Amino acid sequence: MAKPKIATTSLAGCFGCHMSLLDIDERILELVELVEFDKSPVDDIKNFTGRCAIGLVEGGCCNEHNVDVLREFRRHCDILISVGDCATMGGIPALRNTVPLRECLDEAFVNGPSVHNPDGKYPDDPEIPLILDKVYPAHEVVKIDYFLPGCPPTADTLWEALVALLNDKPVELPYQLVKYD
Amino acid sequence: MSQSVMFMIDGVQVEGRAGQSILEAAGEAGVYIPRLCYKEGLSPHGSCRVCTVMVNGRPMSACTSPISLGMIVENDSPRVAQLRRDLIEMLFVAGNHFCMFCEKSGDCELQALAYRFGITAPKYPYMFPKREVDASHPDIFIDRNRCILCGRCVRASKELDGKNVFQFVGRSAEKRIAVNGEALADTDAAVTDAAADACPVGAILKKGVGYVVPVGKREYDDKPIGSDIEAKRPAAGS
Repeated sequence: MAKPKIATTSLAGCFGCHMSLLDIDERILELVELVEFDKSPVDDIKNFTGRCAIGLVEGGCCNEHNVDVLREFRRHCDILISVGDCATMGGIPALRNTVPLRECLDEAFVNGPSVHNPDGKYPDDPEIPLILDKVYPAHEVVKIDYFLPGCPPTADTLWEALVALLNDKPVELPYQLVKYD
Repeated sequence: MSQSVMFMIDGVQVEGRAGQSILEAAGEAGVYIPRLCYKEGLSPHGSCRVCTVMVNGRPMSACTSPISLGMIVENDSPRVAQLRRDLIEMLFVAGNHFCMFCEKSGDCELQALAYRFGITAPKYPYMFPKREVDASHPDIFIDRNRCILCGRCVRASKELDGKNVFQFVGRSAEKRIAVNGEALADTDAAVTDAAADACPVGAILKKGVGYVVPVGKREYDDKPIGSDIEAKRPAAGS
C-alpha cells in the first residue's frame, strides 16, 4: 500500500511552526517511513500531485493568495489541521486587526519613518496579492478538523498528533502539550 | 462554630457551614468549581458566570449562592462543562488575547481554564475590538486588550487597599475599566497594592518583572488550574 501523503504550507505565518516540525529531530526518519510529503516547503513541491491524507496549515489569511492556498488545501486534504496560534487565532499578523486598513497601508507605504515613496501610492502590481480587510484565522475561511495551538506548538505536540492520526487513533494530547505560547 | 449544613454535589454528600457559598464549601471538600471573577479575600461578584452550577436543576453562580440543607448541586457534568466552555470561548473572542507574547502566559487564569477545558480554538468568530493601553504609571500598566471585566481590581482596590483606584464605566460592549483620574499615573495606585496582584489575566501587570519565571516552571505549565483544590479531596472509600 502506498504511504499516505502529507502537505504543509505557511500562510500568514513566520515558518516557526515548520521549524518546530523539523525539531522532531531524528524522528523525522520515522516520519518519512510513515508518510510521503506532497506540496510542502519541506520538499519544495509547488503543486499538489494527488489526494493527501493530512494537510498542515501554518498561519492565518492576510491576503487573497492565502485564501486561495487554504481553499486548495481543503480541497486536496482529507484532514486539515491548523498549526500554531496564527492559524488558530490570527497571531502576530492579527495585531493589525484593531487598526483600520488604510492606516496600516499609510504607515507601511506613505508615512513610515523609513519609507521613500515620492508619489505616495500603494504598490498595486497585479502580481501582488490583494490584502484582506483583516487577518482571519484559518477556521473562519474553511472547515478545519484539528487545532494545534502554540507559538509554535512543540515538536512533541506535532509528532504525537501526526502519529495518532496516521494510526487512526483519536488525537488525545496530554495537558502539557496543548499550550498557547 | 457555625452550624453544619449538609448538601449534595454530583451525588456526593458534602458538609459545609451555614453562610458559606457553594464555591467555598465545595472548595473545602476538595471539589473544584471553575472561577474567574472570584478571588479569595474579596467579596463575590458573580459576573463571569464561569462558576455556574445547576442548583436543584437551575443555573446559579456558585460564588454568590449560599448553601442550604439538602441542596442538590450539579458541578461536574457535560451540560455544565459545556456552559462554562462556551463562556470561556466568548471571553477569548471578545478581547485581544495574544498569549504568545503576554507576560501573564503560563500564570493566566483565563488561559489555564481554557487548557483545563481542552479548548484548542473557540467556535465563535474573533471580534478584535479596539482597546486602550495605559502605561502612564511608573510601576504598573493596564492593557485593556486582555481585560475580561471580572472586577477583581475594582474590589481589591476598594476592599483591601481602601483606595477606589479602579471602576467600571460604560455599558455592554462599551464597558471597560477606568481609573480614578486622567490616567493611572494620576491616581494613588501603588505597586504594593492588592489591586496590582488581583488581575487573573494580563490586563493589570507590574512593570519590570515580565517573563521572570521560565517556560515550564510557571503556575499552570504542568498542572491544570484547580489541582490544588482537588488535592484536598479525601480519597474514595476513606
